[in-house]
Amino acid sequence: MSASLERGLNAFKEQIDAPVAAFFSSCVRCGLCAEACLFYTETDSPKYTPIHKLEPLRRVWQQEYTFWGRYAKLFGLSKPVTDEELTDWETLVYDSCTMCGRCSMVCPVGNDIAYMIRKMREGMAAAGHAPPDLIGATQRAVTIGSPMGVKLPALQAQIRHAEAELGFSIPVDVESADYMLLLSSMEIMNFPEFISAIARIFKHANVSWTISSEAFEATNSGIQIGVSEIAAELVNRIVTAAEKLRVKSVISPECGHAYMAIRWEGPNLIGRPYTFKVVHILELLDDLRAQGRLKTTGKEMQRLTYHDPCQVSRRGGVVQQPRNLMNMVAENFVEMPETGTMNWCCGAGGGVSSNERADDLRLKAFNRKKKQLDAIHPDAIVSACSNCRIHLEDGLEEYGMDMPVLSLTETIAEHLVDNERSGSEE
Amino acid sequence: MSETELLLWVRGPALQIATLVFLLGVVVRIGEILMLGRKKNLAEARGSAVAGGLRTVLSRMIPDRGTLRRSTFNVVAGYVFHIGFFLVLFFFAPHILVFQDVLGVSWPSIPTPVIDAITVVTIIALLAVLVHRLQHKVMRFLSRFQDYLVWLVTILPLVTGYLAFHRVGIAPPTMLIVVHILSVELLMVIFPFTKLMHAFTLFMARYYNGSIAGYKGVNS
Repeated sequence: MSASLERGLNAFKEQIDAPVAAFFSSCVRCGLCAEACLFYTETDSPKYTPIHKLEPLRRVWQQEYTFWGRYAKLFGLSKPVTDEELTDWETLVYDSCTMCGRCSMVCPVGNDIAYMIRKMREGMAAAGHAPPDLIGATQRAVTIGSPMGVKLPALQAQIRHAEAELGFSIPVDVESADYMLLLSSMEIMNFPEFISAIARIFKHANVSWTISSEAFEATNSGIQIGVSEIAAELVNRIVTAAEKLRVKSVISPECGHAYMAIRWEGPNLIGRPYTFKVVHILELLDDLRAQGRLKTTGKEMQRLTYHDPCQVSRRGGVVQQPRNLMNMVAENFVEMPETGTMNWCCGAGGGVSSNERADDLRLKAFNRKKKQLDAIHPDAIVSACSNCRIHLEDGLEEYGMDMPVLSLTETIAEHLVDNERSGSEE
Repeated sequence: MSETELLLWVRGPALQIATLVFLLGVVVRIGEILMLGRKKNLAEARGSAVAGGLRTVLSRMIPDRGTLRRSTFNVVAGYVFHIGFFLVLFFFAPHILVFQDVLGVSWPSIPTPVIDAITVVTIIALLAVLVHRLQHKVMRFLSRFQDYLVWLVTILPLVTGYLAFHRVGIAPPTMLIVVHILSVELLMVIFPFTKLMHAFTLFMARYYNGSIAGYKGVNS
C-alpha cells in the first residue's frame, strides 16, 4: 500500500462517527437519492447516484467498524479499497457533487449524504486524490490569502473606488465596531458593487462596522477540498482579526460555503467556541428590517424569483429572511417549484466551479435550474451567493436565456429611503 | 426424526438460537454504532438538535412531494410491503399467540380472511419490488448480492406462511409449518448482518440527520 493511500484510508477511519455508521447501516439501496440529485437527473447516469459516490468510504466503515466486516477482512473475504478506485471516485466526489444536501432531505431512512461527502473528501485529499484546480485554489488561499489570488491592494483599490462613488469613507480596521464584514474574492473582483451597497445600507441603518485589512477573505477552500487543517487555519485568520479588533459580530457575505465555513464549521475546526457572533448578511438585514432600521421605498415591478444558495438555506438555516427581504422590494415575487430548503442547486457549489474539469458537467446539470425557471418565467433571478450568481449567469448564457441575476443585498440598497431627504418625516 | 420431533425442534431450540442471534446481533450492531460517538458541536446553535432529530424521525415517514412524483412506484410499493409485512407479522391470531407465549402480553388480532388478503397483496408488492429492482437503471446499478438475498428471506416467511395456512403443496401440513418457522428463523439469523438492520438503525439515522439540521435551524 502506498503511503498516500494509507494516509487516505486512515483519514476515512478518523472521519467515521456514529452518524456515518448509522447512515451506512440503514441504506437499503432504494435509489431515491438519485432523483434528488441534479447530476443524476440531468445526465441519467446511475453512477451519479449520491449514495454510490460514497462507496469507498462505506467499504472502509464495513471493514473496520462492523462485527461481520472485521472478520470478513481477517479472512480475506472483503475487497480492500485501492488507489485505482479512489482515482475513479475522484470525479464522483468532487466534480459531480456540490454538497448541496438535497439528497439528505429525501432519503427515507434519513441518511445525511452530504455530511458524508464532506467527510469523504478529507480522505480523498489525504490520499492525493483531490482535483488539481482545487489544490491550486487551496494553495493560493493559504499563501496569498484568497483562492483567486486577490491581495489587499486589490481590495483597497475597490474600496477607494466605492468611496469616490459614495462620497463617504468605508471603515477599515476600526476597533470595537459592532460588525466586521468579510467578503468573498468573487465579490471583490466581479461584484464590487456589493461593497458600496453594504456601505450605503449600513450608513442608512446606522450600523457600526469595519473591514479588517488582515482578514477579509470569507471563502474557505479548505472545506471544499476537505483538508481540515487548512480550513482551520483560514478560519483562525478571521478569528484572530475579529478578536484583535474586538468586534461583536462577524458578517458572512453573499457566499454559501463561506457561511458554512465560518458559521457552522469554524468553531469545530479550531476546537473552541468564538468570542463573537457570526451572522449572514441576510440575517442581519432582516434583523434591521424587523427593528425598523431598514427602510425601503418603491418596489421592483418585474417578476422576480429567489434562488436559495444551498449552504445559506438548506444547509445553513437562512430561509425565511430572504423572503421577508424580497417582499420588501419586490411587487411581483414568485417562488420556483421546490424552493427554500428543497431548492435545486445551481450546480457549481462545493468547489465544482473552481474545478475546470467539471465545467461541462456543471453546465449540463444547470438544465435542472432551467426547468425550474421555465416553470415560472421570471424576468430576473435574485440570489445571495456570488458563486451561484456567476454560475447562473454562465448557465443562462449557455442555454440562451436572457435573464439578469441580481444580488439581494444590492437590490435592497437600490431601494433605500434617502435618510437626508426624508429626515424631516421621521 | 419424526415430523412431530422436527416441529418441536424448530419451535424449541432452533427458535431459541435464532432469537439469541437476532437479539445479540442487533444489540452488538447498535452498540458498535453508538460506540463511535460524535464530537460536540462548538458552533452556536440556532435551533434545537433534539427537537430537530425527533421531528425528522417522524417526518421521514412521509416522502416529499417531488420524490413522490418522481418515484411514485418505488414509494407506493415500498409502503405496501412494509405495512403488509408488519400487519401480518403482528396481527395474525396464531402469531399473537406465539408473542403471548414469549412476551406474556397479547393484543387484538385482525380477522384471518383479512390477513389472508394482506398476505397476498404483500407478496405481490414484494414481487413487484424485485422486478422494479431488476429493471430500474439506478436500483439495478446499486444492487448487490445482499439485496437479493434479503429480498428472498423477506418473502419466504410470507409465501411459506400462506402455503402452510392453506395447506397447499406436496408436503404434509406439519412439514409446511416446519418450513414456515425455519424461514422465519432464517430471517432472524440473517437480520443483524444485513441491511435488514435498517428497521432499527433508520431511527438513529433520521435522528442524526434531523439533529444536524435542527441545530442549524433547518427542518430536514
